[in-house]
Amino acid sequence: MSLEPQHQVHKAVMTSGHALKIPELKILQSDGTPYPGATLPDIDQELALKIYDTAVFTRVLDERMLAAQRQGRISFYMTCIGEEAAVVGSAAALSQDDMIMAQYREQAALRYRGFTTEQFMNQMFSNVKDLGKGRQMPIHYGSNELNYMTVSSPLGTQIPQAAGYAYGQKRAGKEAVTLCYFGEGAASEGDFHAGLNMAAVLNCPAIFFCRNNGYAISTPTSEQFAGDGIAPRGVGYGINTIRVDGNDMLAVLAATQQARAIAVAENKPVLIEAMSYRLGAHSSSDDPSGYRSREEEAKWREHDPVLRFKLWLLAQGWWSEEQDEALYDQYRKEVLAAVKVAETLPKPAYDTLVTDVYDTVPEHLEKQLQETRDHMARYPDHYPADSGKEA
Amino acid sequence: MAQMNLLQAINSAMDIAMATDDSAVVFGEDVGHFGGVFRATSKLQEKYGKERCFNTPLTEQGIIGFANGLAAQGSTAIAEIQFADYIFPAFDQLVNESAKFRYRSGNEFDVGRLTVRTPYGGGIAGGHYHSQSPEAYFTHTPGLKIVVPRNPYEAKGLLLASIRDDNPVVFFEPKRLYRASVGEVPEGEYTISLSKAEVVQSGSDITLLGWGAQMELIEKAAKMAADIGISCEIIDLRTLLPWDVDTVAKSVCKTGRLLVSHEAPITGGFAGEIAATIQQECFLHLESPIARVCGMDTPYPLALEQAHMADHLKIFEAIKASVEF
Ligand SMILES: Cc1ncc(C[n+]2csc(CCOP(=O)(O)OP(=O)(O)O)c2C)c(N)n1
Repeated sequence: MSLEPQHQVHKAVMTSGHALKIPELKILQSDGTPYPGATLPDIDQELALKIYDTAVFTRVLDERMLAAQRQGRISFYMTCIGEEAAVVGSAAALSQDDMIMAQYREQAALRYRGFTTEQFMNQMFSNVKDLGKGRQMPIHYGSNELNYMTVSSPLGTQIPQAAGYAYGQKRAGKEAVTLCYFGEGAASEGDFHAGLNMAAVLNCPAIFFCRNNGYAISTPTSEQFAGDGIAPRGVGYGINTIRVDGNDMLAVLAATQQARAIAVAENKPVLIEAMSYRLGAHSSSDDPSGYRSREEEAKWREHDPVLRFKLWLLAQGWWSEEQDEALYDQYRKEVLAAVKVAETLPKPAYDTLVTDVYDTVPEHLEKQLQETRDHMARYPDHYPADSGKEA
Repeated sequence: MAQMNLLQAINSAMDIAMATDDSAVVFGEDVGHFGGVFRATSKLQEKYGKERCFNTPLTEQGIIGFANGLAAQGSTAIAEIQFADYIFPAFDQLVNESAKFRYRSGNEFDVGRLTVRTPYGGGIAGGHYHSQSPEAYFTHTPGLKIVVPRNPYEAKGLLLASIRDDNPVVFFEPKRLYRASVGEVPEGEYTISLSKAEVVQSGSDITLLGWGAQMELIEKAAKMAADIGISCEIIDLRTLLPWDVDTVAKSVCKTGRLLVSHEAPITGGFAGEIAATIQQECFLHLESPIARVCGMDTPYPLALEQAHMADHLKIFEAIKASVEF
């Protein structure tokens, strides 16, 4: 690689790591009116209401399931509170054929795709109807039918996978992309760097979507990276990059629509950095009061992305306060009813201990299962008896 | 002596290491002000400052690579990997670099002052990414030492010995026992020699061998066995690499039987290595085949955890089968 003459210097010029400042796309103001001169994304009433419906459902789900965790009904939970716009706004820009690879805090995208309340509950209660067969902790959803890759706990691993998946989609002649969500914390993993570089060099139609929400568990961004966030890294890898206000539904939608257009038309990856804030705890096992102030949280509550979008809907005349109340009410009832059903369903059958380790069950695992069954038969009181009963 | 849980004992070991060695630095994800997700490093930043106890960016590869460099420079590096399940991004740094630094440089350089602490193991309803016991991958790596404590007293003495040992040590902490295991622990300094197993209980009919959290289940099974007249000798291996063949062999020559139990899957697990060595050392003394009670050869499940685990009842049944062989 040799530079153009105008880029050659004969005295040392140090480019500071802070030289690059990536602008942030903002469309909606806090009161729900667009900034003067802002360009709205491609959105009509039907799409807008579907987006809002998903955001409300997610909020209700998060509130109820956190309460369920507190009551000891499920073992663990992670909320998306404060980041609904980042997740729904981006998911809404995709087509159903596009693959979504989530980190773990993106239940809103799965809901947008059509995951039912019952399906959410079956996963969280690890019952016999869980698509993941009760093998992973609550919130590790996945659905082949909905093109939503099953969540895996090790962070960052899906980022290079997204590059590979997108490459396969391209080769298969599909006009589809892979969108991969991750946090600004996970962007420190080696997998992030490997994945973006692979995608850039191999021209993969992938959208890398970073939710920069201020914290990775207790670690603030100031201890996660120096420099101007995650976006400049995309530039470094030669990737089209855009930063958006992650609490602005319309800005996220606009950015992702454009990213998708580039990925499909040019077979090139795009990096989106959505600036937001994790309003809740990291997970139900975490207590943020140990590492941040109530005032800081309160400040971010004023930027509530769901409220901001609602104000815009109201201003459009597409929504009313009465409809709003009714929707929350409907979802609270729906979630509670689904909890009651899911928690009484039996656990998966013991056979599932050894299935799916390989395509077929090898002999040594058959044998281990038999030994386990024989053993459990000797101590029937000690092991759950209902596993595998018909639901 | 003070009553401490396992976390407090580990915290106390690091506190002493930092107080007595100015070069000692503690770091990892969330270990700074927050004190780590399990709070093993609480108050260390307050006491020793941000330069000596700090959060790292979220990269295990980075943490261990950085630790290797720091230790090669001569500092004492104490790195935390938040869960043993997430040690694999650092696998290359540990297995190819930490383990071989001294050997490949002809002792020009070493990372002997490196200790990697990481919580391991199941029984906490954590599903398979918060329950794995990956010790066997590392026991296959010459140059590393692998240590697993079973209770607070052992944890403090073994961790301090690991930090001060002149070899890189991977120290697996049984997270199921972090708060559940409480005991008397001296507040001051003491170390427990690495590579020395401990005979926890003497007995005559069978030797039961394990490490870490598994010891609790082994002891429970031994009590059930005692109730039906079987006398068990119990050994805690403590250090898996290099391990104390002598203590185990001596015991097996006396009892004539051996049962090894670990949480990790049986195939390729460290029990296999022990069984092979002990049958060579004690062949003519053995009265029954060496028994292994281990995890199934599957990823660690969530909903069916109880069936999967090498629990005390499975150990008890295997004890009876060995003795009746
Ligand atoms: C490889 C790996 N290391 C550590 C963890 C433990 N862990 C789970 S979530 C998390 C923080 C992630 O932060 P971020 O990526 O910013 O996402 P956020 O939780 O803020 O949405 C950590 C350290 C993990 N799951 N995987």
